[in-house]
Amino acid sequence: MMFAAQSIADFFQGFGGWQYVIAAIIHAVLLVHVFAFSPFAFIWLERKVSGRIQDRLGPTRVGGLFGWLQSLADGIKLVQKEDLCPTAADSMLFRSAPYIVCVSSFAAFMVLPFSHGWVAVAADCGLFIILAILSLEVFGIIMAGYSSGSKWSLFGGMREAAQMVSYEIPLAICALVPVIAAGSLNLGEVGGMQRGWFTNWFMFHDPFTFIAFFVYFVVATASCKRAPFDLAEAESELVGGFHTEYSGMRWSFFFMGEYASMFAVCGIASVLFMGGWNTGIAPIDDALYAARNASIDGTAGSAAIGYLANVIGAGVFAAKASFGVFVQVWLRWTLPRLRIDQVMTTCLKYLVPISCFLFLGATLWPLIMVTGLGRTTWTSPIGDRAAQGLQETRDGSVEVTTIAGPPIDLGLIVPAASSLEQEAVVQ
Amino acid sequence: MNGESFLFNVFALATCLGAIAVVFSQTVVRMAFWLVISLGSTAALFFLANADFVGAAQLLIYVGGTLVLLVFGVMLTASGPYLKIATSPGEIVMGSCVGLLFLVVVYASLNGVDWREPAAAASGNGNPVVATGNTLRPIGLSFLGSRPDQDLTGDGETLTPGYLLPFEIVSIHLLVVLIGAAYLARAKRRVVGSG
Repeated sequence: MMFAAQSIADFFQGFGGWQYVIAAIIHAVLLVHVFAFSPFAFIWLERKVSGRIQDRLGPTRVGGLFGWLQSLADGIKLVQKEDLCPTAADSMLFRSAPYIVCVSSFAAFMVLPFSHGWVAVAADCGLFIILAILSLEVFGIIMAGYSSGSKWSLFGGMREAAQMVSYEIPLAICALVPVIAAGSLNLGEVGGMQRGWFTNWFMFHDPFTFIAFFVYFVVATASCKRAPFDLAEAESELVGGFHTEYSGMRWSFFFMGEYASMFAVCGIASVLFMGGWNTGIAPIDDALYAARNASIDGTAGSAAIGYLANVIGAGVFAAKASFGVFVQVWLRWTLPRLRIDQVMTTCLKYLVPISCFLFLGATLWPLIMVTGLGRTTWTSPIGDRAAQGLQETRDGSVEVTTIAGPPIDLGLIVPAASSLEQEAVVQ
Repeated sequence: MNGESFLFNVFALATCLGAIAVVFSQTVVRMAFWLVISLGSTAALFFLANADFVGAAQLLIYVGGTLVLLVFGVMLTASGPYLKIATSPGEIVMGSCVGLLFLVVVYASLNGVDWREPAAAASGNGNPVVATGNTLRPIGLSFLGSRPDQDLTGDGETLTPGYLLPFEIVSIHLLVVLIGAAYLARAKRRVVGSG
């Protein structure tokens, strides 16, 4: 497994061995802090946005401008609280449930790419792994609901189980729609293919991916159990749902997990649909990619400017993902909560058929484009796009050597450049 | 001992301890929790062995799917607050016999396999895909019926069949199961509606 990204590895290789280890540790700690600080920022955002939407000011006193230290004050208060465990609860399960939620949403960050090559584990089936890991979070919620020894919690846990088991299906299908356009489950490759003008983003690849983006966003909101789908903690009916009996740090672990997984699902949306770390403006993207490949000693990506370009890329990625989180917060304070039967109807009767339709349409779209119009996508002629994307992301990675011999014809999966050009010549 | 083998030992230990705890716990949901530990550690072992796809499938199917359904079922069907399973002595004997038989089978098959590195890998011509864990593309191509890992290194005359036929058979089977399940659920609802 690669615990550090290719470009970082190349960058630090010049210094010798032990500096590389220190650099890896620094980046691992940074990754942990993404998990720790994104809830910190988003809880403040939630308070501020909800305040503005309800014609209030929100936090203003703690900290300086806009009360930005409010989350820290909340955190200190929660640490001081007594760690309660009800007598009716199964104490071992009750105490360990928050950790499952926390660990599973943190583990998702390991395969989430933050910039070109900036990913803790550059797995070939990254999307599959991240969906698998995010599906574990529900287990912690169910366990918390079951082991609390309270009826409110049990109801919350059962609702969460029913909701998650249903919403995982459209979530996976919608995530597959841009994967069909990309021909890869590797999140790093998928992000790299969307380089150039924003019309290259998979959101604008075809009408099916455009709709799939919005369906994905709705389903992702539901999978983070955010309003209007927060039936598991519906305050007006279930007191606090699955976390009724929790207090102090264990309670806040649930919310760290929730806000971190909001960032994770919005990060997936940003990589799959919104170009990931690419700015969407072709000259800037080209300049950043050129900076990434700049060298001082012959190896591509060894110059410090390449590192800076990746920092900018990570900033762009974080901005896109945070915008997604902002929209989720906005939705929460705008829309009323659905009833549980409405939640299930929305998923099983509408979202699942819609996502299946989008999936089928996305598989047919490349065939229609190539045979009918002679183009790979509506913006690029045959062979232009797929070849560039694959070339850019595969250069310098070990994977280029994986298939020995002549290149495999991937024509059915991705309209790859080589096969289609040959066809054009024959015609 | 390098970092990876240390982690491998840690997760192997967690797998075994989780499995033992499943056997010795009484409450169904606690069993499910220990199963999560055991199966999750198994997935970690797969990740450490550079089998990313199998590890992710393990997490998604067993931990995220089967166990959630199990706990969900317990929550829907349990009459008391914490459902317990009392094991009778006969069941313990039966279970131990089956477990010992399985142990014999596993031991026999472990001894039956030649674990030395194949000649190709030893001479440096091994498949670099396996070393990086990026095995997804070969697996996908095999499901489509093409085996680039075998055919491109071979003589080019005999083609290795992929997994297309078994894959399609399993797909059709699952489709039949899905339709059957939908039919059963529908018939049940009709009875409730008329009554």
